[in-house]
Amino acid sequence: MHELGIAQSIVEIAEKNANQQGARRVLEVTIEVGALSGVMAESLEFCFEACCSDTLLEGCVLKIEPVPARARCRECYQEYTLINYFDSCPACNNPVSDMLSGEELRIKEMEID
Amino acid sequence: MCIDCGCAAPDHHHHHDEPQMGKTIRIEEDLLAKNNRLANGNRHFFAGHGLFVLNLVSSPGSGKTTILEQTLTELKGELGFAVLEGDQQTSNDADRIAATGVPAHQINTGAGCHLDAHMVGHGVEHFDLSQTDILMIENVGNLVCPASFDLGEDYKVSVLSVTEGEDKPLKYPQMFRASDVMLINKIDLLPHLRFDVEKCKEYARRVHPGIRIFEISCYSGDGLEQWYDWLREQVAKKKA
Repeated sequence: MHELGIAQSIVEIAEKNANQQGARRVLEVTIEVGALSGVMAESLEFCFEACCSDTLLEGCVLKIEPVPARARCRECYQEYTLINYFDSCPACNNPVSDMLSGEELRIKEMEID
Repeated sequence: MCIDCGCAAPDHHHHHDEPQMGKTIRIEEDLLAKNNRLANGNRHFFAGHGLFVLNLVSSPGSGKTTILEQTLTELKGELGFAVLEGDQQTSNDADRIAATGVPAHQINTGAGCHLDAHMVGHGVEHFDLSQTDILMIENVGNLVCPASFDLGEDYKVSVLSVTEGEDKPLKYPQMFRASDVMLINKIDLLPHLRFDVEKCKEYARRVHPGIRIFEISCYSGDGLEQWYDWLREQVAKKKA
């Protein structure tokens, strides 16, 4: 359930930025969530709504952009999409790779009024 | 209640199909940035005190506290320890550690499922660190959430007991990926179980190729000397 802490952190960052902009409210927040970031989108949405009440984000829409996990094989340099951390290279079956993306947990942009 | 999304806002403002007239601003901030910032602060503080810091993670009941008790009892004569204990409730674990004569402080996370860098930063305020070589942080028993939260430690150490099943590293890859060390614990029970140690090690290496693995038992004492040697080595490196 660390999604609750993540949701609180979205609200905190969004409110700070909204205040800097002199916004009355935040309409929409877009976040990027990597496939291997360890965060469940459904759970995050649920927590987010609870965290928004009595803030500038009351009623705010949370837009989650999934980021696929990509890796590059250390043996043959083939790039491929990972479902699990331990997926081997589809070209040469080497299990050791470098992660290119998929661990993101980032607030990207927001819409304010 | 909103009939579109079921949200609870009574006079709710968002209209799901209408375009909203607002101004878009870019933010590009990591959601764990605050924790990471505090963790870096901790890391700097630990370095200033020459502390070697381990973050012990596992599922509940894998034997983290017993490993600590055993390690402290046998090494406290030669190395200075301090222990932070993380649990949702009770000070039972800190009491067990304190009984070994090593300074311990309990952090209760309440509803929280993991320790974060902020709690640890304040937790160490309870210790006199001038006599401390190793800070052991026993995280909340949970193989999911603590993986995402850097505390400022040198290494995460995953404890996996042989009663849990050898495929834990594949089921909870994030944790074993984040850990540099794995302790396979309770190996004295192996004759009674169908736990395949070699397979377990292979699974862990699939998720984290460079992971260092110790096979130990606090009951028989098997493998502990290698674990202790590694701790001694790491402390010596810090002091060098």
